[in-house]
Amino acid sequence: MIKLILRRVIVAIPTLILVSIIVFALQKLLPGDPVLTLAGEERDPAVLDYLREKYHLNDPLPVQYVAWVKQVVTGDLGKSLRTDVPVTELISQKLPVTLQLAAMAMVLALIVGIPAGILAAVRKGKLTEYGANVAALSGMSIPNFWLGIILIMVVSVQLRWLPASGYVSPTEDFWLSMKTMLMPAIVLSTSLAAYLMRHTRSSMLEALGADYVRTARAKGVSPRNVVLRHALRNALMPIITLVTLLFGELLAGAVLTEQVFTIPGFGKLVVDAVFNRDYAVVQGVVLCVAVGFILMNLLADILYIVVNPRLRHS
Amino acid sequence: MKKLASAIGAAVLLLASGATLAQEIRIGLQEDPDVLDPHRARTYVGRIVFTSLCDKLVDIDPRLHIVPQLATSWSWNTDNTVLTFKLRNDVLFHDGSKFDAAAAKANLDRARTLPDSFRKGELASVDKVEAPDAETLVLTLKGPDATLLAQLSDRAGMMLAPDSFDPKDPNTVGRKPICSGPYKFVERVQNDRIVLDKFDKYYDAKDYHFGRITFLPIPDTTVRLQNLRAGGLDMLERLSPSDAPDVKKDSSLHFSSVAGLGFTEVVFNSNNGKRAESNPFRDPRVREAFELSLDRDAINEVVGGGIYEPASQPFPPASPYHSDKFPVLKRNVEKAKALLKEAGKPQVKGELAFGNNTTTAAVAEMIQAMAREAGIELSLRPTDYAALLGQMHNGNFEVALRGWSGRPDPDGNITQFVSCKGELNDGQYCNADVDKLLFDARKVPDEAKRKALYDQAQTILRKDVADTFLYFQPWPFAMQRKVQGFMPYPDGMIRLKGVSFAQK
Repeated sequence: MIKLILRRVIVAIPTLILVSIIVFALQKLLPGDPVLTLAGEERDPAVLDYLREKYHLNDPLPVQYVAWVKQVVTGDLGKSLRTDVPVTELISQKLPVTLQLAAMAMVLALIVGIPAGILAAVRKGKLTEYGANVAALSGMSIPNFWLGIILIMVVSVQLRWLPASGYVSPTEDFWLSMKTMLMPAIVLSTSLAAYLMRHTRSSMLEALGADYVRTARAKGVSPRNVVLRHALRNALMPIITLVTLLFGELLAGAVLTEQVFTIPGFGKLVVDAVFNRDYAVVQGVVLCVAVGFILMNLLADILYIVVNPRLRHS
Repeated sequence: MKKLASAIGAAVLLLASGATLAQEIRIGLQEDPDVLDPHRARTYVGRIVFTSLCDKLVDIDPRLHIVPQLATSWSWNTDNTVLTFKLRNDVLFHDGSKFDAAAAKANLDRARTLPDSFRKGELASVDKVEAPDAETLVLTLKGPDATLLAQLSDRAGMMLAPDSFDPKDPNTVGRKPICSGPYKFVERVQNDRIVLDKFDKYYDAKDYHFGRITFLPIPDTTVRLQNLRAGGLDMLERLSPSDAPDVKKDSSLHFSSVAGLGFTEVVFNSNNGKRAESNPFRDPRVREAFELSLDRDAINEVVGGGIYEPASQPFPPASPYHSDKFPVLKRNVEKAKALLKEAGKPQVKGELAFGNNTTTAAVAEMIQAMAREAGIELSLRPTDYAALLGQMHNGNFEVALRGWSGRPDPDGNITQFVSCKGELNDGQYCNADVDKLLFDARKVPDEAKRKALYDQAQTILRKDVADTFLYFQPWPFAMQRKVQGFMPYPDGMIRLKGVSFAQK
């Protein structure tokens, strides 16, 4: 088994290299001179030339790439062109924020999505199912930023229940942190909850129609136990896979949500960096996200092997 | 018992005083500032933060006159090549070290020599800086420079504690700036907040009423305003003009706006690269026809919510260089059509590029509709701002919209844009006579004589239609009703002297 895991790790390395090349090349294709953008209103040609030289922007692309990789290998992701802050520091500042947002959204989605899916499956053809389906469709179709602005207008401006934006760390003030993150987490969780509901529903329907459920029913197991003990357990397997896959969706959604609620997380960092052509930050963040994805996949692969003995021999 | 009562009384007093001291003002900014090192900083928004953080040698008043700040007085020698400042002697930096002429010299020398200092150009006329005694600073110039004092009223004149300069790593300054302003740097979380605390040893500390300032960059104007309404912000800068009527109606808010030093203008590519060769706007008659097709009042009313003061010159109304000789041009479609006919191009096709945001897009659409009536068919090219900067610099445009935040000295609003080698002259308009007038004007400190030179230059520029001004950029602020004593300055900076919260 260790051999198998090692093989997966080795396969991940070329993926990482490929990702880094693509990221590097793609942002160089972006129109706009970073130094000119950096200079903003100030345009002293001597200073602009100095900066181009300093950030190796005059070198051919492969040379720039190699220089960057050399730097990255030593653990140095460079400094933000705009504010001089080391990219590693930025990442360590912003990552926990986005993870907190993603985790809260995921928990909300699980709390809402799975029970709704079970209900919809059990009450097939009834009003509950139609209601759940309509809710799920709305959840998937309503854009995050729109829902965000509406929530801010109603909950923060009209009712004054929750702060409209900003971020407070849970170590600083736990309840205030939960309060500021609640709306963004709700917004981010809507489409996720909708996906979960629909998949739980179909997966449950399949399980409820299976032979072992019929057998359980025939044996006189209570309907509640049939649903929760027998059907749900089996139905949850594909849902777990879905949850890991949806994690990517969550990070992508966080970009917009963080913009609307001005949460200083990863998404906001990368959007601002792209607009300011802050190459060092974009490269660092995207590389970090890529590593995260690769690690997640690796973890999923390993877990499959651990959980499902059949895979070890295939 | 008496002891207990007095203890409780003392505690209440302490709490009360603590409450007033801890009073915090939260200010919403349109963007996150760049590096907080005055010598290397580039953004307009950064200047707003510096205004509370770093004092300058001199400041401006609302009529753009130069007034004392760290320098109490100044004088020129007879041929205007030596500028002598007398400095305050009661000023401390935030690290407790004393501000004196030697510290001022260290700052000016750093600003002039640091390889990535954006202040080099602004201080290019300075040949030598000397500090003969603690309260006297002497600047010897290479030649007369009438613009220098105004430069020293901005980042070039900001003073940092020299002990904070690390010759090995100039980046340390920008991450923890140590200045001598009314507020000192506490922390910054990029894209999130910048926190400043009151500096109790500031020489004018009694006029500053907030214990803490928190700047919160919130780029989306809708979200920024909603935050103000929800109470998360006490004030915000650059309110969207379309929101101005709503804010004025809201009894819990207060609206304050001033015509700024900056402008929005149309730039024509007359000489920059290949696209200039085929550009119909190369012909001054086409440019004039285009200008005559515009109704600036309509732009002001429709997009500007009545606060986009129409412009036909680069010098704002607050400036003593604003000239009555160049009144706002009125729309004249018939004359525009006649001009196009005369140029042999009754139908002109062109492309208007602009940095994409809601307000600019609305202005561009209005221009498109107005020009069409005169026979000028413009296609619109909305572009991401960073990309537009590069494209304009490289000449990849025909007509473009551009904004400028403005400078108190007239030179900063004109020379870079229209002189043959001007850094911001993206259309590369060039006229030797204009160049001569503009460079002469840099050397004349006398206001009346200088104004005459700018008037002459403008007469040529208007005749050539070198560029077309649309409106002076306003600086609209919105704040909670309780914020009192705030006065907007034409440079758009937020000066918190005398500003406080009304007692409930």
